[in-house]
Formats: sequence, C-alpha cells, structure tokens
Amino acid sequence: MAKDELIEIRWHGRGGQGVVTAAKLLAETAMKEGKYFQALPEYGPERMGAPIRAYTRISSQPIVPHCLVTEPNIVVVIDPTLAKIIDVTEGIAKGGMILINSPLSPAELRSILNYAGEKVGTVDATKVALNTLKRNFPNVPMLGALLKATGVVNKTNLIYIIKYKMGATMSREVVEANIQAFEQGYNECQID
Amino acid sequence: MSGNRLKGELKALEGDNAVAEAMRQINPDVVAAYPITPQTEIVMTFSEFVANGLVDTEFLAVESEHAALSACIGAALAGARALTATCGPGLALMWEMLWIASSWRLPIIMNVVNRAFSSPLNILCSHDDAMGSRDAGWIQLYAESQQEAYDNTLQAVRIAEHPDILLPVMCCLDGFVLGHTLEPVEVLPDEVVKEWAGTYNPCYSLLDIDHPVTYGAADFTDYYFEHKRPQWEAMERAPKVILDIGEEFGKVTGRYYHLVDSYRLDDADVAVVVLGATSGAVRVAVDRLRKNGIKAGMLKLRCFRPFPAQQVVQALQGKKAVAILERVAFFGAEASPVFLEVATAFYLRGVSTKLINYTYGLGGRDTVPGQICGVFQDLIDITQTGKTEPIFRYLGLRDF
Repeated sequence: MAKDELIEIRWHGRGGQGVVTAAKLLAETAMKEGKYFQALPEYGPERMGAPIRAYTRISSQPIVPHCLVTEPNIVVVIDPTLAKIIDVTEGIAKGGMILINSPLSPAELRSILNYAGEKVGTVDATKVALNTLKRNFPNVPMLGALLKATGVVNKTNLIYIIKYKMGATMSREVVEANIQAFEQGYNECQID
Repeated sequence: MSGNRLKGELKALEGDNAVAEAMRQINPDVVAAYPITPQTEIVMTFSEFVANGLVDTEFLAVESEHAALSACIGAALAGARALTATCGPGLALMWEMLWIASSWRLPIIMNVVNRAFSSPLNILCSHDDAMGSRDAGWIQLYAESQQEAYDNTLQAVRIAEHPDILLPVMCCLDGFVLGHTLEPVEVLPDEVVKEWAGTYNPCYSLLDIDHPVTYGAADFTDYYFEHKRPQWEAMERAPKVILDIGEEFGKVTGRYYHLVDSYRLDDADVAVVVLGATSGAVRVAVDRLRKNGIKAGMLKLRCFRPFPAQQVVQALQGKKAVAILERVAFFGAEASPVFLEVATAFYLRGVSTKLINYTYGLGGRDTVPGQICGVFQDLIDITQTGKTEPIFRYLGLRDF
C-alpha cells in the first residue's frame, strides 16, 4: 500500500447476509497489518431482508473523517437482487471497480448496469455459500472475490482473521466451511 | 509529545465498546442502566464484563432510565462511584433526576450516545438530547473519535470527583457515527487506569454514620437560592480542573486534552466552530481549501459545559467571518445553543466578528467535506459583501 493511500469500500446487501460482518472482518485484517481502518454500518430500521449498506476505509495514515463514503474505490454487492433495484455503481471513483454476487459474466453485468468503469468482477457467491455453508451467507465468498480482485489486504491475514473471529463463536466445522467458501469465492471470481 | 509516553494496546473497537472498555477498567462500584439504541452496546458489553467476573461492580438492570439515574444517585449518596449511559429519549426520561444529581453534587459519569428526539421516530444522531440538558448543571464533554470517547470517560472520573468540582459529567459521542463504527483505539493497560482513576473518597456519604448528613431536605424561600450558589461556583472552577486533568492525561498517554481544539486556525481568515464527530469532515474541508490558498480553520469545542468563553474568543478573535455548525433542532430562539454562547462571549468582550449559524445532520443525515467547503465559501462571500443575513441557515436540507 502506497503512502497516503486511502481505500474506500462500499458494501451492499440485505439484512441477515453478514454485510456488516464482512466490512468488519476486512477492517480487522487491516489492523493486523498495522494499517488504519474504519468499518461503518449505515443503519436504518434493522430487519431481515432490507437493503443495507456498510463501508470500510483502509489507509496507511490515520483516518480523519467520520462521514459515509461517497466515492468508493470498490463496491461489493453481496445480494444479487439489489443491482436491479438501486444504482450500485453510484459514485464509484475513477479507476474503481465493482464486484457483484451473480452467476452472469462480467461482460453481461457491465451491459445490464450500463457501467463503463475499469473493472467488473462477478462470482456466484450464493451458489458457493449454499455449497459450502449450506446456508445463504454470501458475504465470505464475496470477501474471497474481493481478495482475488485487489490486494487491499493479504489473503493469509484475512483467512487468519476469519478463523479467529468466527472461531470465537462458531463450531470448527462452520469455520472450516467459511474458509472453503472464501477460497471458492476467490477461485471462481471472474474479472474483466 | 512526551518521549516516554505509554503505549497502550491497539484494539478494533466501536465507540460503544470503547466506552464499555473504559468502564471496565474504571471498575466502578455501581452501574445502573437501561438499554436504548444506539447506547445498548455499552450496557450490554458491560453486563458481560459483570457476568464474566471481570469487574467488581454491582450492576443494576433497572426498569427505566429514570430509575437508572435514580439508582446511580442513591449509590453515589451512599459513597459509591456510579456510572451509567443513555441517549435521546432515555436522557429525556432522566430529566428530573439530572438536576437532582447535580444539585446534590454527585460525581456520576454518564456517557450519552447522541440520538435525535422523536417525532418522526428516529434512532440516529442529533445532539438534541445533550443540548437540551445543557443547563442541568452537568459538565459536558464531546468526543470527535472513538479514542476521544474512551479518553473522555477516563478523564471524566477525575474531573467529576475533584474536590473543587463534585459535579456529574456527561460524555457525549455521536450515535452510530462513533457509537457503531469500528476504529483503532489505544487502550491503556488495566493497572494504569486503576492508578489513574484511584479510589473515590466521598466527602459526605450517607453511610458515614459518624458524620450524619441530610440530602434533599425541603428548602423554600429560606435557603433554596443560597444553595444554588455553590453549583455556579463549582462550574466556574471546572475549566481549570478540566485543563489540568487533560494535561496530566497527556503526560501519561501522549494525548493532551483541552477545552477547545484548534485546527489550522492561527492565520485563518474564516473559521468553522463544531463539536463531535463532524469535526473530522471539517478538518478534511480545511485541508482542501488550504491547498487552494484559502485560509480556512476550525475550532472544535471539546467542552460545552462549562462554556469556555475566554478560550473561544481568544481562538476566534480577528477572524473575518465564523460559522457555527450545530446538530440540533432548537426552536424559538434566534439561533442554536453554541451560536448563542459564542455571540454572547464576543459581545461581552467587544469582539464584532461576523457570525452565522448552520443546523446540520439532523436525524443522522450525513455531512461530507464538500458541504463544509460550501460553508467556507459562504463565509468568504460574507467577507466580501459584509452581509450575514440570513444568520440562521440549513446545511444539507432538501427542498421538496
């Protein structure tokens, strides 16, 4: 990470999909790497299934503002149905990218979203989650996709944090399934 | 900064958890609280510390916020160090007891995770709650970051219990913006906080039966008025104590605290006054404008009660125009609370700097550096036209 570099990420998903968890896992990995970070949920009336947003900032320098991210470098869409409802590409910074949970190819998504930005990544994170976790938690596969598409944090460190944080409250089998979900998300992500 | 400053452990904490961590380390005698969003995580986390035996605190899960503060008052009367936390409607329900805590000179510490008042229903940040209670005789500190929320809580114990003060302290942090955002917080070693906080030695405990005292007696035309006087005098002594403790805290941690905090203000032509978490967005705006050769600066109020009039005037006099940003819906006055304080302080000292007032960010509405740049542009316009009207303005309010 270059000096003074600030990476801002916006997460889209629905309540109950682990959107805030993903934002925090990434932030905690940044801490392990000695970087500064923020993980900010954008709260409304919290309920299962409602569209929610969260943000992660990572920087080599102290992070001064506490406002929300308006020009993200990276957008991660955890829920595949949101892309049709809201403008998920809104405000993406120059040179930025969008990663979407979708069975479609990046080229197809680009056309659907009418997005001419630099990078689009897709992975069928719902399928990956159902295969590995047997439940619809597409957040961790999308973290895998994010690490495939960017070097925002180190992959080994993120796996360590997933094990460490999830291991505190979940069984070994569930943690292992999450690591598998992460790896599959990483391997199956297509970027264009 | 001191060369031998103490390095704490860096933890990823949300503001609420940072406050709970400070409370754990203070290890108070009593915590009585009622959960309310966005304060809940403070009480919830602290109750886990209690359940896990990490503190010796008598934890009272009471039936309402009125009861929470009442129980803290009872505990403090008995000579205990008592802490609580609340926000918005919870603070409103404590209203009656706020005045009782301060008039009995009880050094209770309360974190207020600022939340808007209904209606319409809103759980997000405004400063309505704390600003509404600004005249209740409590000292009020506002945090810009999670680190400051942690540090203020630790300092509040020493400020409140200082023999020259003996007043309750409200530590404010913006709901969700700080309360639910994860950031690195440097947490001091437990033994350092233990030594810092020391032991509370109450002057007049109800349980000290060798020295019996009466609290809350009827007091009508005979002495009620006279019994208010020591409260004014304690508030007058507070600025020096807050500064001394901020300095002492700095010697331990390298983080020095004052009544106000200036950013690029010395040579500024135009300035913004702000308190709480929006200070960060103002700093970013100031940096952007400075790159374009505009001499912008910021004054952050850390302490609002007592109002540091002398420090505010010193910092701002000579500026060509100043905007006071407030996250409060305050009705029926010509402007909002901080503006009224600044204007009074200026007038009484013969300073005639042009002032305007913005209300912003109500009910959690986000405020970004670009909007603050717009405020600075308005100030520059005022320096050119000399016209300040309208004095009271809205920032980020849509027309529809």
